Amino acid sequence: MTNALSLEGVHTHVGPYHILHGVDLHVPAGQVTMLLGRNGAGKTSTLRTVMGLWPASAGVLRFKGQAITAMTTPEIARLGIAYVPETMGIFSELTVRDHLVLGARAARRAEDLDRTRLDWLFGLFPALHKFWLHPAGKLSGGQKQMLAIARALIAPCELLLVDEPSKGLAPAMVMKLIEAFTELKRQRCTVLMVEQNLAMAKALGDRVAVMDNGRIVHTGAMAELADDEVLQQRLLGLSLGVAA
Amino acid sequence: MTDSPLPTGSLPTHPGEVALPGARFDARPLWLLAALVLLAFPLIGNGASWLTLTAAGLAMGLIVFIMASGLTLVFGLMDVLNFGHGVFIAAGAFVGTSVLAGMAGWVGSASALQNLGAVALAMLAAMAVAAALGAAFERVIVRPVYGQHLKQILITMGGMTVGEELIKLIWGPQQLPMPMPEALRGAVLVPWFGGEAAAVEKYRLFAVVLGLAVFAGLLWLLNRTKLGLLVRAGVQDREMVEALGYRVRRLFVGVFVAGSALAGLGGVLWGLYQQSVVPQIGAQLNTLLFIVIIMGGLGSTLGCFVGALAVGLMANYTGFLAPKLALFSNIGLMVAVLLWRPQGLYPVR
Repeated sequence: MTNALSLEGVHTHVGPYHILHGVDLHVPAGQVTMLLGRNGAGKTSTLRTVMGLWPASAGVLRFKGQAITAMTTPEIARLGIAYVPETMGIFSELTVRDHLVLGARAARRAEDLDRTRLDWLFGLFPALHKFWLHPAGKLSGGQKQMLAIARALIAPCELLLVDEPSKGLAPAMVMKLIEAFTELKRQRCTVLMVEQNLAMAKALGDRVAVMDNGRIVHTGAMAELADDEVLQQRLLGLSLGVAA
Repeated sequence: MTDSPLPTGSLPTHPGEVALPGARFDARPLWLLAALVLLAFPLIGNGASWLTLTAAGLAMGLIVFIMASGLTLVFGLMDVLNFGHGVFIAAGAFVGTSVLAGMAGWVGSASALQNLGAVALAMLAAMAVAAALGAAFERVIVRPVYGQHLKQILITMGGMTVGEELIKLIWGPQQLPMPMPEALRGAVLVPWFGGEAAAVEKYRLFAVVLGLAVFAGLLWLLNRTKLGLLVRAGVQDREMVEALGYRVRRLFVGVFVAGSALAGLGGVLWGLYQQSVVPQIGAQLNTLLFIVIIMGGLGSTLGCFVGALAVGLMANYTGFLAPKLALFSNIGLMVAVLLWRPQGLYPVR
């Protein structure tokens, strides 16, 4: 199994703070890897380091074998890594249409967007069609999340980084997201997803990595962790409920 | 078409029937402008003078807008406070003066075409020099202090002082006359009620037309092109635009250079408006520019436009009504606006 992304001994400093303490993480191609852990464990920082937003101070990051440690954020994105940040990164003044045009680097106007892909995204997230010309700032939290994901997917990507897509969303919305990601999974899309919602992690994850204090403390199959309540208690301090 | 969940036809071309609260354009700052113009009328009392002053105010406001538009985008995009922006104005004004002086034949000619040709050449030369200066300024002075506001303020102010001294070295420390071409001299008489006629200087009309053209061009660029989309997105969230694979740094250099060129153009227009140029022109206008962009909402082009018009009108009205208050009036206006909207007229974030 080849790794799309691998991190070896990655350290990250932000200002005076030492946030990542030697992260070793491998994201296999064509699978969904869940990154779990308590608040402050370093999950978001790991994604930001991959994107070059907080450059690693030590260690090596590779994408499909190529070292990306010293690359700038735009260079990394151009390799085919799409990113949905925890804050969603929605431009409140811009319309839904503008977001998708921005997501597709080759498109100059909405008419240049790949219609097949766009229709697929409209099918996943009908609200985006409904509010096509509305400023994104007026969308609900769930709709913004869908827009952020659609923006990441409108152009073909090799790796999708998603930071807590279910954060703050109503259960019905979370179900919709799970549906959309299940569809992505069927397409063998490589995903690295940070999640706190364990039902979502269980439904989507092939692999799992658990972080604590800026390190990876456990890696394995998601199903394995989902079935082992003792392990869940030890790693996450809570339980998924094995029966479900 | 908006209610079909799986559209296959063309994309929607209008916002659809779903009304979202507050999605409408915020027109209240424009009412502020209208109120300013209407309020001045009874105070001035004389319709003809009011019209003359309003035309002068609009001309001044539009020139200030041309100068300030680059500054506000530079701040919005990269958080750079450039207190040296005035040096591009000064460079543009002096280059323009030299070109016009060198083309005295065309400037004094009876042919309006030659007159306007001389002005156009002066503007192009001013923009080219200001753009080149802007590119060097960005590379040498601004780039080492990204993300450090205090250092930006200190070093860009220093850069402007150096620029001002260089201008004195090349053109001398004295005030230089800015020759006004024949075709733009004099005034048009606009008939007013009661037989009175208001005199509106031709050059002011010219400045208004040019200023509106620049504003329209900027709006088109910002709202109708991908480049503009990137600038607007970058002003709101630079990091996200970079994470989408766009080189915001390069975009910023482009905006900085274009903004410098516009400042150079504004310098020529301002010199012609005052009919003379002094080496301190940059420092004099800097304060005004910052009043305008703070009032408008840092980073907002529309806010900068409304702010510039308000400042231009205010300066001319108070200059007529209470000359001693002229300098204070713009600061007073800014204070009032910020009490009303602490983030400026059109906040961007």
